[in-house]
Amino acid sequence: MNLLGEPEVTEEGEFIINIGPQHPSTHGVLHLKVWLDGETIKKVEPHIGYIHRSIEKMSESLSYRNFIYVTSRMDYISAHINNQACALTVEKGLQVEVPARARVVRVLLAELTRLASHQLWWGCTGLDLGAVTPFFYAFREREAILDIMEETCGARLTQNFMVPGGIMYDIHPNFQNRVKTVLIQVKEKLKEYDELVTDNVIFQGRVKGVGVLTAEDAISLGITGPSARASGVSCDVRKWFPYEGYENLQFDEVLDTGGDCLARYMVRMREMKQSIHIIEQLIDNIPEGDFQAKTKMVIKLPKGEFYQRVETARGELGVYIVSDGGSSPYRIKYRTPNFSNLWALPVLAKNAKIGDLISIMATLDLIIPDIDR
Amino acid sequence: MKPLLEISLSGFASQIDAWLNAALGGGTLVVATEMVVTGVVLLGFLVVLCFFLGYMERKVAGFIEIRLGPNRVGPKGSLQIVADTVKLLMKEGITPASSDKFLFHLAPVIVVTAALLAVAPIAFAKNLQIWDLNIGLLYVSAVSSLAVIGILMAGWSSYNKYSLLGAMRSGAQIVSYELSVGLSLISIVALTGSLKISDIVMAQQDGWWIFKGHIPVLISFVIFLIASTAEINRAPFDLTEAEQELTGGYHTEYSGMKFAMFLLAEYINLFVVSAIAATIFLGGWMPFHLGHWQAFNGIMDWIPSSMWFMGKTLFVVFIIMQFRWTFPRLRIDQLLNLEWKYLLPISMVNTILVALITIMGWHF
Amino acid sequence: MFLKDYVGTVYKSVRSLLTGMKVTGYYFTHPKEIQTQEYPDNRATLQMFDRFKGEVIMPHDDSNEHRCTGCQACEIACPNGTIKIITKQELQPDGKKKKAIDAFVYHLELCTLCNMCVSACPSDAIKMGQSFEHSVYDKRQLKKILNKPGSKVMEGVE
Repeated sequence: MNLLGEPEVTEEGEFIINIGPQHPSTHGVLHLKVWLDGETIKKVEPHIGYIHRSIEKMSESLSYRNFIYVTSRMDYISAHINNQACALTVEKGLQVEVPARARVVRVLLAELTRLASHQLWWGCTGLDLGAVTPFFYAFREREAILDIMEETCGARLTQNFMVPGGIMYDIHPNFQNRVKTVLIQVKEKLKEYDELVTDNVIFQGRVKGVGVLTAEDAISLGITGPSARASGVSCDVRKWFPYEGYENLQFDEVLDTGGDCLARYMVRMREMKQSIHIIEQLIDNIPEGDFQAKTKMVIKLPKGEFYQRVETARGELGVYIVSDGGSSPYRIKYRTPNFSNLWALPVLAKNAKIGDLISIMATLDLIIPDIDR
Repeated sequence: MKPLLEISLSGFASQIDAWLNAALGGGTLVVATEMVVTGVVLLGFLVVLCFFLGYMERKVAGFIEIRLGPNRVGPKGSLQIVADTVKLLMKEGITPASSDKFLFHLAPVIVVTAALLAVAPIAFAKNLQIWDLNIGLLYVSAVSSLAVIGILMAGWSSYNKYSLLGAMRSGAQIVSYELSVGLSLISIVALTGSLKISDIVMAQQDGWWIFKGHIPVLISFVIFLIASTAEINRAPFDLTEAEQELTGGYHTEYSGMKFAMFLLAEYINLFVVSAIAATIFLGGWMPFHLGHWQAFNGIMDWIPSSMWFMGKTLFVVFIIMQFRWTFPRLRIDQLLNLEWKYLLPISMVNTILVALITIMGWHF
Repeated sequence: MFLKDYVGTVYKSVRSLLTGMKVTGYYFTHPKEIQTQEYPDNRATLQMFDRFKGEVIMPHDDSNEHRCTGCQACEIACPNGTIKIITKQELQPDGKKKKAIDAFVYHLELCTLCNMCVSACPSDAIKMGQSFEHSVYDKRQLKKILNKPGSKVMEGVE
């Protein structure tokens, strides 16, 4: 039976395999129903909902100060940017001016998160394609970045460092030195990444020309983030709808035209360099001053609707809050990047091989808890 | 200079032979006893060797992946693999309800048997060889392709779509790569003029083929390494297992002892392939000699021949392990492309070159 | 032309593979690059960052006094109902009654270590501790009472 309750029809020679919910390369509990003709994929049907925790409904019962921490559990690899999106939405409603120091630190931490996220993705891509070693090399650099997070925010993944009006506490005295050390390390190791994986002929064969996403498809499916930019769709929220002072920073929106797995790979590799570039601009220019604006103990947003979007490591995250003037949101909707990006998979995987499905999944960089929420 | 071990392994074997002949009065009984003894000794040796290879693989993987590898059980973690084996032995062997029970149980036995058969003609040391038959290399390449039957059987009988896909991949893969392995073996056979393992080793008395045979032999060595890695289903050619795609391929449904047998077969195959590579390209148990440097050659002779053989074999094993921990996996069509568009044409041209070298006597 | 392309492809492929093997070979021969921390063995030297959020603790001074007034700001701030404050009326020496805590109940099993309680506390009575080895066999052991028996609120903390 399919999702609509219709009986399944398999043609002569076709057979169905279930990839997931427990499968080594779905990175979580994604369930893909795959119609196969030999090794060739006829159709893919994603079944989602295995890790639905009703985060949106939970957020509606929490106060504006408290609902932020729940969003760390959506896209747990870029938890910081999720928190930032929520904080920004609440600030928009409150009309509060965030101190310059807090804004710079937020951007710094967001870019560090993006860097760590892309490194995790790089390692997992290698792992999915059968090379185990890159995973460990990626984690080495990621650990260094997570140490910065731990020292300043107190946690490695679910930092909950953003509060409406600024950041929870001031940066650690070691922060700047540590970031500079890590940047040197990462820049050095990015070359090694290229030697080990990017230039490898087997890897190139696995990703080049595989899973081509056209720009039209990317737009009509609502794909955002690096996956869309690899198809030539300019959609970087940091450029189009700047927030937190991104308009004052020098960085390029990384675009590629190929649309295949290699283009998606290269876009992310180049984005890492852009993130490093952003961090380098800011790290010596953290302004002095308050790290948090004064807000009331119990935050109440005025009646109305507030929407804010940010660019997470995987695409556009939109937070939509409907307020009835109370101390907790009346309705919250998260527009998460992975939910949209997932639906590129059935389009891309058509007529691909099973091995290609894995490459496509790896380069779309899906985080399953973010799909289900 | 005499070798380090005065009572070499071969001397030990002939002593046992003499003693048995005296005790049992010769005849069939002696041959039968010797066969049993050889079998037991060989099995024991191979199991210990597989423990070692498993340990080595995990240590190599650990160091490459900036980890320590196993280091808790026993000195430097050397007993970890024993602990794992005990665990596998004690685990319940689950048989899927709808599987073809007979074939399901038979498949691992066939895979292990095929792997063990190929050990027979390998020369472990000077004069230490179980069966020096005159078609040694042909025998090895014939027997090693039997394993695919076991893999197909495992995939078919498991009644699991992942297993079936893995088994079908293995069929296409092993049949294709057999050709390149064969052609690279032929280059050495042409140079030596014999399929007999002992002849091939003796022909390298004044230098290993990889040094004597110019570039064509080097090319065949590389092709042999790649093709035989594919033939024993190791990464980057482990499409039959392909954890990230097929969650384990043909042995998805196997557990406990039967799974351990697949693992055993994998390591025996790894050993056989490396031993063959060491024998035909790197001179087998022949020590490394350099021209007329008598002192140097003397020192080399002092190292026992079994050490030379194991050292060379483990060197090849290490290379194959490094392949596994460096490269991503190929896709099935790329795997076949690599064989039919690259390895096979190159080894064909290479064979002609080797034939030319042999006829003209250009090798050293 | 075809042959040139063919040889070029083979050369480039082999070169890229050898480059990859050079990288892994480097790490194999340089054991000092190993990153493993042998955790239970290095417990003596393992130093967590001072801001690391391991659990909520309530510091007491030498005379067994804490700073908690029982205002319940943390209880309200907590998103998960982790904290439960049971108050009592305490007789002051001057005869007045004053609100004080009887038990500061902290459910570690519910806590997400979000730090909201610590930032909500007006008198700095609680803070985040660096201990992280919380595993127990019975989850009831994770329910903790943070104020020590017989402890009092510090002088001058309102």
